[in-house]
Amino acid sequence: MKKLLLLGDEAIAQGAIDSGISGIYAYPGTPSTEIMEYVQHSKAGREGQVHCKWSANEKTAMETALGMSYAGKRALVCMKHVGLNVAADPFMCSAITGANGGLIIASADDPSMHSSQNEQDSRFYGKFAMVPILEPSDQQEAYDMMHYGYDLSEKYHVPVLLRITTRLAHSRSAVIVKEPKAQNSINTPQDSIQYVLLPSNARKRYKTLLGIQSALEKESENSGFNKYIEGKDKSLGIIVSGIAYNYLLENYDGGEIPFPFIKISHYPLPKNMFERLCDECNEIMVIEEGYPLIEESLSGLLGRGVKVRGRFDGSIPRDGELNPNIVAQALGLENKAINPISDYVVSRPPSLCNGCPHADTFMAINEAMSVYSKGRVLSDIGCYTLGALPPYQSINSCVDMGASITMAKGAADAGLLPSISVIGDSTFTHSGITGLLDAVNDKSPITVFILDNYTTAMTGGQFSPANGRIEDICKGVGVEEEHIRIIEPLKKNHSENVRIMKEEIAYQGVSVIIPRRECVVTLTQKSKEKKKAK
Amino acid sequence: MTKRKLNLNYQNKLIRIREFARMKKDIIIAGVGGQGIVSIAAVIGYASVEAGLFLKQSEVHGMSQRGGEVYSHFRLSDKEIASDLIPQGKADLIISIEPMEALRYLPMLNSEGWVITNTTPFINIPNYPDIEKVLAEIKKYPNNITIDADKIAKNLKSPKSANIVLLGAASQFLALDYEKLENAIKLLFGRKGEDVVNANLNALKAGREFASKIN
Repeated sequence: MKKLLLLGDEAIAQGAIDSGISGIYAYPGTPSTEIMEYVQHSKAGREGQVHCKWSANEKTAMETALGMSYAGKRALVCMKHVGLNVAADPFMCSAITGANGGLIIASADDPSMHSSQNEQDSRFYGKFAMVPILEPSDQQEAYDMMHYGYDLSEKYHVPVLLRITTRLAHSRSAVIVKEPKAQNSINTPQDSIQYVLLPSNARKRYKTLLGIQSALEKESENSGFNKYIEGKDKSLGIIVSGIAYNYLLENYDGGEIPFPFIKISHYPLPKNMFERLCDECNEIMVIEEGYPLIEESLSGLLGRGVKVRGRFDGSIPRDGELNPNIVAQALGLENKAINPISDYVVSRPPSLCNGCPHADTFMAINEAMSVYSKGRVLSDIGCYTLGALPPYQSINSCVDMGASITMAKGAADAGLLPSISVIGDSTFTHSGITGLLDAVNDKSPITVFILDNYTTAMTGGQFSPANGRIEDICKGVGVEEEHIRIIEPLKKNHSENVRIMKEEIAYQGVSVIIPRRECVVTLTQKSKEKKKAK
Repeated sequence: MTKRKLNLNYQNKLIRIREFARMKKDIIIAGVGGQGIVSIAAVIGYASVEAGLFLKQSEVHGMSQRGGEVYSHFRLSDKEIASDLIPQGKADLIISIEPMEALRYLPMLNSEGWVITNTTPFINIPNYPDIEKVLAEIKKYPNNITIDADKIAKNLKSPKSANIVLLGAASQFLALDYEKLENAIKLLFGRKGEDVVNANLNALKAGREFASKIN
């Protein structure tokens, strides 16, 4: 019996490797990044048995994984929850094409928004697409579910969604691993038009998807990941999902729980278990990490006089992640802090590192823009989003990957002149290029700052897809060469940089400024590695 | 003494032995992004695995790592652990590399819990409170060990090992063999070379010696 100490993310990765995947596709995003990184550092990844290069964005990752599944091999695609929005088109349609080789989509949600712009719940996407969803409660289950998930995917020719949340993604525990399986060999679909979603075929394929729904439900009744646990006190029935199961157990200190309860880790929801709980109890408490998906699905019980409690009636806060204290409170259990929090504690928000190139860029932008009224800098997602906070307060938006360029264009279209965009190199190649093309085609008077630090910094310094080729891409999209300016963001260049910025901001067409200097974190890492090599 | 009484005494003793043997430690490791919290957690992690204990350790990745407040919930036990997060009022120990960050997690501590904290502040915010008042606040709590880990690490000519100095100061509360912590340091820092391993072993020892003197 081999035991490994793994983060939830790493358990998914190890599970995928041991299930015989041939490729993993992903764009970095907290809290999902470590899945790909683990595979890259694994023996299978290093020796090239499993394809493990970062993709330009979640949509290209999802489509590439679908292609590998089409060819008959097992594939994993990973993203953070908002990444599933980017991949939503291929994801939704992959439910219609179905899978050939096993296909798992791992989406890591971030309730309480530790590192995200919203706390959307990926389970709704799974329900929307009508595919099975697996929601592990711990690291071991995350590992085991990869094996089960690939078998399920191949049995029903359906993609499977694996949903985790931040706490499990970034919590470590021991995992017992199995003997690795061999990879599939190439095997294209028997039906040569299975993946051709022409309306006539798509209608057929959709009926196929609808046709397997009752079988999928039976699977979730019997997989063992959902459990009905008896309890003597029928005054309350409890439904817990995913990691909430652990918080429930914690509150009874590993002892017996007096109420009957259902542990949910596998969807579609096991209706028979719900029926049984409703027959036994008149009041049901639903404890789920994320949006009230299960709670909503119980609304059909209203006619039966069963009272449902959870996030809607305020038993549990409507937003934010769960923890043992929230669960204790919902169940009326003792839950007290003995020591109050001291008045001397103040919050410590994240900030740009000492020596960060973005800091110099923001100081220069602030000066170049000081002649105009405030509120003209549309920005994006990355370390530079911290430019919204003091002492810079340089940017006015952060919405979704790539939105800085298109929002600046929209603001300019509305007559807010000048409007400028601030985006990072990796975010630009993720979703900024098409927006820049729109701006070029419309000759929009915007200046786009592409902050090039040679890396995807926020998530820990991953590969940046267009390293050293940003200006070539801009030229290719049609930005005039003389309006692509490269500057080095350093204090000693401040006044020269401000001058260049002012020139381009005044230009009545699309201009691009590339402040280029390596991220101080990756620079330090590299110099350490060099030292070690010597 | 009657036979019955003897029997009862014996049973009580058995219960006490069982209670004592029940190994369970819930630890909050706190500090600011970049101060080396993950390394402390990794050392305790390796040592706990060597001791054959169950563990769950949750850590903070992502945006907060850029100079924000970060923490790790570290739970070890001889029985299976349910929650990845420690319930409030249940932590046995706070190990903090930064004094104000130690105060932040005080509501997590149980009534007999210990606070082991560095005294050197990490000031990267304009409204950092008066450090003397912060330290006085920590000392109001009876079970505290305050240690200038930065100074000790500097004196050892290993300024980056302040985190391991603190771990050394906390080591007597971990219910893990000191030797296992040393082995874990060798394992964790081994690929960085012998000098780094020795610097951290010295830091661990210096922290432990400091803490044992004041008790």
